[in-house]
Amino acid sequence: MEILLAATIGVLTSCGVWLVLRPRTFQVLIGLALLAYAVNLFIFSMGSLSVGQEPIIRPGVPADLLHYTDPLPQALVLTAIVISFATTALFLVVLLASRGLTDSDHVDGEEERP
Amino acid sequence: MSGRYDALMPHLIAAPVVLPLVAAAALLLIRELHYHAKALIGVAATVGGLCVAIMLMAWIHDHGGPAAIGVYLPSNWRAPFGIVLVADRVAVLMLVLTGVVSVAAALFSIARWHRAGVHYHTLFQLQLAGVNGAFLTGDLFNLFVFFEVMLAASYGLLLHGSGALRVRAGLKYIAFNLLASSLLLVGIAILYGVTGTLNYADIAQKVSQIPAADRGLLHAGAAILGIAVLAKAAMWPLNFWLASAYSAAAAPVAAVFVLLTKVGVYTALRLWTLLLSADAGASALFGGDTLIAGGLATLAFGALGILASQQLRRVAGYSLIISSGTSLAVIGVGDATLIGAALFYLVGSTVASCALYLLAELTERSREIDAAPPIREDESDRLPYRLEDRESADDDADDYALAGQAIPAATAFLGLSFIGCALMIAGLPPLSGFIAKFAMLGALLDTGAVAAATRPMAAASMRITLFAMLLVSGLLSTIALSRAGLRHFWSPHDRAPPRLRIIECLPITLLLLTCAALAIRAEPVLRYTRDAAQGLVDPARYIDAVMSARPTPGAASGGPVTVGVAQR
Repeated sequence: MEILLAATIGVLTSCGVWLVLRPRTFQVLIGLALLAYAVNLFIFSMGSLSVGQEPIIRPGVPADLLHYTDPLPQALVLTAIVISFATTALFLVVLLASRGLTDSDHVDGEEERP
Repeated sequence: MSGRYDALMPHLIAAPVVLPLVAAAALLLIRELHYHAKALIGVAATVGGLCVAIMLMAWIHDHGGPAAIGVYLPSNWRAPFGIVLVADRVAVLMLVLTGVVSVAAALFSIARWHRAGVHYHTLFQLQLAGVNGAFLTGDLFNLFVFFEVMLAASYGLLLHGSGALRVRAGLKYIAFNLLASSLLLVGIAILYGVTGTLNYADIAQKVSQIPAADRGLLHAGAAILGIAVLAKAAMWPLNFWLASAYSAAAAPVAAVFVLLTKVGVYTALRLWTLLLSADAGASALFGGDTLIAGGLATLAFGALGILASQQLRRVAGYSLIISSGTSLAVIGVGDATLIGAALFYLVGSTVASCALYLLAELTERSREIDAAPPIREDESDRLPYRLEDRESADDDADDYALAGQAIPAATAFLGLSFIGCALMIAGLPPLSGFIAKFAMLGALLDTGAVAAATRPMAAASMRITLFAMLLVSGLLSTIALSRAGLRHFWSPHDRAPPRLRIIECLPITLLLLTCAALAIRAEPVLRYTRDAAQGLVDPARYIDAVMSARPTPGAASGGPVTVGVAQR
C-alpha cells in the first residue's frame, strides 16, 4: 500500500508541476488542483498508514498508535482540502476575469510574439 | 507583579484576531450603499486594533522580565494538545507595527479608494485578522490557517478596483502563492511526521532528541517550510512577483501589503530561532548560512532593482525587497544585538515603505494617471519622456521667472514627505533609518561578538560582506531616490499642483511622525527590540511559558472550540 500511495503522490505531483509550467491559464489551474490533491494525500500519509483502524478511543483498548490511527492528520487534511478548494475556485474566477478582459487564455494576457 | 490591563489578560491576547473578524462580519451585513457607515466601522476597528496592540505592549512593559510572555489557550486545553496564542515582545512589536500601518491605510482609503469596488473594508479587516493571527500563533497548523486567511483576503484586495492590469498581476500572484502554500503544507506535514507535534514550543523541545535516522527528514521538512516562508518574505529568487503585483494594487492596498512581507520575515525569524536554536543538538542553526547568503542576494537584487526603476511605486516595491534582504541577512548572523537592531530597522523601513506607496499615488495623480489607460506592464519602465525634450524644455524656462514664485502647499507637502521617506529608506540622518543602520553596522563590528560566535564562517567573511552590502545598498537607494525626487518634484514646474484632501495627507503625516518619534525615542525602542531579540536567541523562556500555561479550571475543557478553530 505504501508503494501505491507514494506512486500516486509522485504521479500527481509531477503532472501538477508540468501543468503549472504551461502557458495556458486553464492548464495552470488544473496543475494547481493536482498539486493540492498530492499535498493532501501526503499529509494523510504522515499519520502512518493503517487499515481498518479508527481514530476514536474505545474502552478496553490501549490508547496507542498500534491500535488506532492518528486522528490529527485527518483533521489537518480536512482543513487543507477546504482551503485549497476555496483558493482554487477563486483562481478560476480570476482566470475567467482575465479571459474576459484580455481575450486571451495566456498567463501573460497576450500571445507570445514569434 | 501587577501592571496595567492585568484584569483583561490573558483574553486581550485574542483580541487582535477576534476584533477584525467581528468587524468583518458586521461589515458584511451593511449594504454597499452605506459606505459612510462601512468606513466608520472599518476605521474604528482598525484604530481599536492599534489600541489593543499598544495595551499589550504596555502590559509587557509593566511586567518586564521573564513573566512578560502572554499565553492564551483558546480551547482551554493544555499546550501541546490545544492550540495557543503567544504574545511575547517580538509578536507584540509586530502587532503595534500592523496597527500603525493599517490605521494609515484605512484612513487613506476612505478618501476615495474604498468606493472603487465592493467589500473593501471587509477584506481589509480579514487581512488584518490573518496578519495578526500569524504573528500571535504558537503552532504550525494555525500558522498555515492564518496565512491562508491573510492571503485569501489579499487576493481580493489586490483585485480591488479591477482593470486588466490588476487581474493580470493578480493571476500570477495567486498562482505563486498557491504553490507556496502547498510547499508550506508539505513542510508542516513532514515536521509533524518526524516530531509528532505541531506546537512550536513542543517541537523545539523535541528537535534535539530526534534519532539520527530521521534527522535528514527533519532538515528536509524545515527547508521546505523555509522556502514557503521565505517566498512570503520576498527572498531572492522567490520575489520576482513582488514589484509588479504591489505596483498594480491600489495605493492603500499596497500599503497594507507591505505587512505581508514582514509576516514572512517574522515567521522565518520565529521558526528559525525557536526550532533550530543553538540548543537543537545536531540541527543547531541549520540553514543559517543560507539565510545570510539569500539575504545578501536579495539585498543586491533590491539595490539594482531600485536603481532601474522609473515609477515611484516600483521604487517603493524594491525598497521593500531591500528591507527584507537586510533583515534576513542580519537575522542569519544570529547575534542578539544584531537581531535587536534588525527589528528596529524592520519597524522603521516598514513604516517608510508604506508612506512611500501612499505618496506615490498622490504624486502620480498629478501626472493625470487617472484619465490615462492603465500602463502596460512591459512598458511601465520606459522613460516617461525623452531626455532631449527635457533639456530643450529647460532652455525655454530661462526666460520664465522661477524665483519669487510661491510653491503650492500641496507640492511642498509631497516634496517634504518624499524627502522624509527617502531619508528613512536610504538610512540617512536625522530620521530613524540612520539610527537603525548605525546600530546594525555597529553590532557587525562588535569584536567581542565575533570572538564568541559559534560559527567562524559567519563571524568573519559574512560580516564583512554584509557590512559592505549595507553601505552599498544605502548609496544605491540614495541615488535612485534622489533621481526619482528630481524627476517627480523638481522638473515639472509647469504642471498644475495636485489637489490633495486632508484625509489623504493625514496618514502620510502620521507615518512620518512615527519615523520621527522612532528617532527621538530611539533608546527605549532599541532597548525593547534588544530585549525581544534576547528572548528569541534564548528560547527556553518562551518554551517554559507555553508549556506551563494551564487551562482555566471550572470552564468546560476542549470539545467544540478546538474543532471549530481547526476546521475554519
